Parts: sequence; structure tokens; C-alpha cells
Amino acid sequence: MNADCRPALTLRQDTVGALAAMQTVFARDMKVAFRQRQDLLNPLLFFVMVVTLFPLGVSPEVSFLREAGAGILWVAALLSVLLSLDHLFRHDFDDGTLEQLVLQPQPLFLLVLAKTAAHWVLTGLPLVVLTPVLGVMVHLDGNSIGVLCLTLLIGTPVLSLIGSIGAALTLGLRSAGVLLSLLIIPLYIPVLIFGTGTVASAAEGAPAGAYLALMGAFLVLALTLAPFASAAALRISLFNG
Amino acid sequence: MWQFFHKLGSPKWFFGIAARLMPWLLAGGILLLMAGIVWGLAYAPKDYLQGNSYRIIFIHVPTAFLAQSVYVMMAVAAVVTLVWRMKLADVFVKSVAPVGLVLTFLSLFTGAVWGKPTWGTWWVWDARLTSMLILLFLYGGVIALDRAINDEKSAARAVSVLVLVGVVNIPIIQYSVEWWNTLHQPSTFKLTEKPSMPAEMWVPLLLSVLGLYLLFGWLACLRMQTEILLREQRTRWVKDYVLAGRG
Repeated sequence: MNADCRPALTLRQDTVGALAAMQTVFARDMKVAFRQRQDLLNPLLFFVMVVTLFPLGVSPEVSFLREAGAGILWVAALLSVLLSLDHLFRHDFDDGTLEQLVLQPQPLFLLVLAKTAAHWVLTGLPLVVLTPVLGVMVHLDGNSIGVLCLTLLIGTPVLSLIGSIGAALTLGLRSAGVLLSLLIIPLYIPVLIFGTGTVASAAEGAPAGAYLALMGAFLVLALTLAPFASAAALRISLFNG
Repeated sequence: MWQFFHKLGSPKWFFGIAARLMPWLLAGGILLLMAGIVWGLAYAPKDYLQGNSYRIIFIHVPTAFLAQSVYVMMAVAAVVTLVWRMKLADVFVKSVAPVGLVLTFLSLFTGAVWGKPTWGTWWVWDARLTSMLILLFLYGGVIALDRAINDEKSAARAVSVLVLVGVVNIPIIQYSVEWWNTLHQPSTFKLTEKPSMPAEMWVPLLLSVLGLYLLFGWLACLRMQTEILLREQRTRWVKDYVLAGRG
């Protein structure tokens, strides 16, 4: 990797408050990502390609796609978030930035939260933006597409947050990619069930509010607990605890 | 109390205690399990609805019970590992995870065998079954992560974090049959209510659950002893123990 793609992280001791430090970390991750644009595009291309496989591999019938479309899009989004998780800490781990991050006086879980937020803005959010186009391609009706986008908007941050734990745990291991999937997919299943359940109940004309509220609860739970777990996991991976 | 707590941290002390406990655990486990299963399979009355096929409950419920309970024990041990860095807690998690995996598999398997005559299908994607399947994956993940990290201490702590994250699944399994009205029947035992079956049915069931607990205790002690011998192989007492065993 080109060294000047990756600006150094400068958080001056004491003078920088926790919020300002979070902003710095977030801005740096965005800058790094936009200097490596191909890395940004890859998960999106993967998302589109996985969705394409289903009509070609299973059935292009409108009735099947309308029934299964929301599930296909959710599974594809889940897989492409999973694929991008390896990048979350890997490069920072390789060039030592991560150690600097852990040594900062600001609480580590806030800095991890900032990194996870950047990860979501760079992968989860584009997936949500892309969803209406693919939704039309799998013949979902307008209402379903709206609900689907809403569930992905609430659900993808949960995926990023849970994923950050797995990424931190498998940091620096052999075959980290496969291991990461093994650890994280079981934890993704509830999010997937409720995500597609929301769309299915909305398609039947039932109000989706209760389901969306449950997904919101997932988000709050992940937002409050996951950063602590990933911060602890990062310390373990870097300094043996 | 505190002295006991400190002693519990010493692998050598535990090794001795385990050696003394194990015959009792094994004998009690086999006795209770035999009593429960023979009573349940041969003498307990037929179910008015399911006939004889319900008798697999005497194997299905104990394994499912233990599968969840072992995970909860692992979670407690994980907290102990993270907070007090007690060696034995980490030995426990490592030794017991494969046992939990097997128990979860057995409960899924016996459930499938039971499902065929009662529901007419081996498998349904119902909440209880799916969450047990997730539990199986969680056990698999714990074992995989433990094997992937070479350093003993970081493996212990990383595994503890993973076990604690996975603990969210336990209440979901427990209450899945009450939250969602599915094919799986509600729990047989509840702490607060009398069982909904006659005593001739639930007493043998309780016996086999307790028997499997004791047997699990024996297996856990055995596996922990092996792990302790492996980890402490450079210490004096292990060398003495092994030499005495040969001589």
C-alpha cells in the first residue's frame, strides 16, 4: 500500500476532548477510504453481483422474486458488510496506527465507535442507497422497497457494530476472513430474521411499526454494548489483554 | 470463603479435588441416568396424544437442558477469566466447549427424530430450533477461535469476550416457545409452576436431567485434568504425578 495514502493520526494529549478525537478518527478514516476508491466500490459491486445470482440461479419468475426479493437483498447486504469488515482494523493494525489509537488518553470505545461509524457510512449507507434500484430489479412494489430501505437503514449499523467485535477478535490471525464469518454470522441471524420479517409483514398490509421498533432496540443495544466489547477485544489482540 | 476462592485458582489443588470427586460424579451420574431412562422408557405411562413416541423426551430434554446450561456456565467462567484472570476458569471454558457442542447436536438430533412422528417432518424453521442451531454455531465459533490463537492467554481472553457476546442468544432460546407460538411445545419444567405432566413422567425426567448433570461434571473434571496436565507439564508436581503413575 502506498504510504502517503495514509495520513498519520494526530491526537494531541489532553488538549483534545473525546468528541474532537472521535471527529478526528472519523475524518481520517473517510480520507483514507476516499484515497483508495476501489476498496469502497468492491463491497457494492459484490452486493449487486450476489443479487444478480438469484434470478439467474433460482428463477426469474416475477412471483418468486416478489416473494423472496427482500430476503435476497438482505442476505446480499449482510454478506457484503461481512466482506468489508476485514478492512475495518486490518490496515491500521499493519502500519501501527491501531496501537497509537489504543494508547490515546481518550476512551478507546469512543474511538472504536467513530471507526465503526465511518465503516457504516462507507459500506452500509451506500448499500441502502443502492437498494431501491435493485428492489425494482427484483420486482418489489414501492411500499416494500420503502420498508426494506428503512430496515436496512436501521439494520446495517447493527451489522457494522457487531462485526467490529469479530474484526477486533480475529485481528492478526491466520485465515482471519473465514474465522470472522464463523464468529459473526450466528450473531447476524436475529437481525436478518427481523429485517426480512418487517418487509414480509408490510407486504401483507400489516403495520411495520412493531418490527421496526424491535430493530431499533437491536440498534440501541448494539450501539451501547458493541463498542465496549470491540475495545476489549482490540486490547486483547494487540497487547494480550 | 476467600481462602477457598484463592485455592480454587490453583490448578494443582483443583486436580486433587477433581480426582476425589470424579468417582462419585461418575457413579451418581450413571445410577441416576440409568434409573431415569429405564423408568422413563419402560415403565412411565403412555402419552395420551403422542403414544410411545414421546419417550424420547427422556433423552431430548436432558441434552437440551445441559446444552444451554453449559453455555451459561461458560459465560460465568468467561466473566471470571476477564475480571479475576483465574486460570481454572479459562481451563473450564476450553475443556467444556466441545462437550457443549456435542450436547447441542444431540438435542437437535433427538429433536429431529421426535419431530418426524409428531410433526411429520424432521426439521422446521421454528424459533426454538433455529435458536438452538445458532447455539451450535456459537459453540463452533468458540472452539474455532480458541484453536486459531496460539498464545494461551490471549486465546483465553478473546474466547471469553466471544462467549459473553453470544450470551444474548440464551434468553432468546429460553423464551422462544413463549414469545412465538410455534410447533415446539412449551417448556416441561418451570421453576415457579408445577409440571403439567403426572409425577410418573416428570420424576424419571428429572432423574435423567440430574444424572446427565453429574455425568457432565465428571466429563468436565476429566477434560480439565487433561488440560491442566498439558499446561503445567513443566512443573514439578506434574512430573512427580506422571512418574508415580508409571511406577
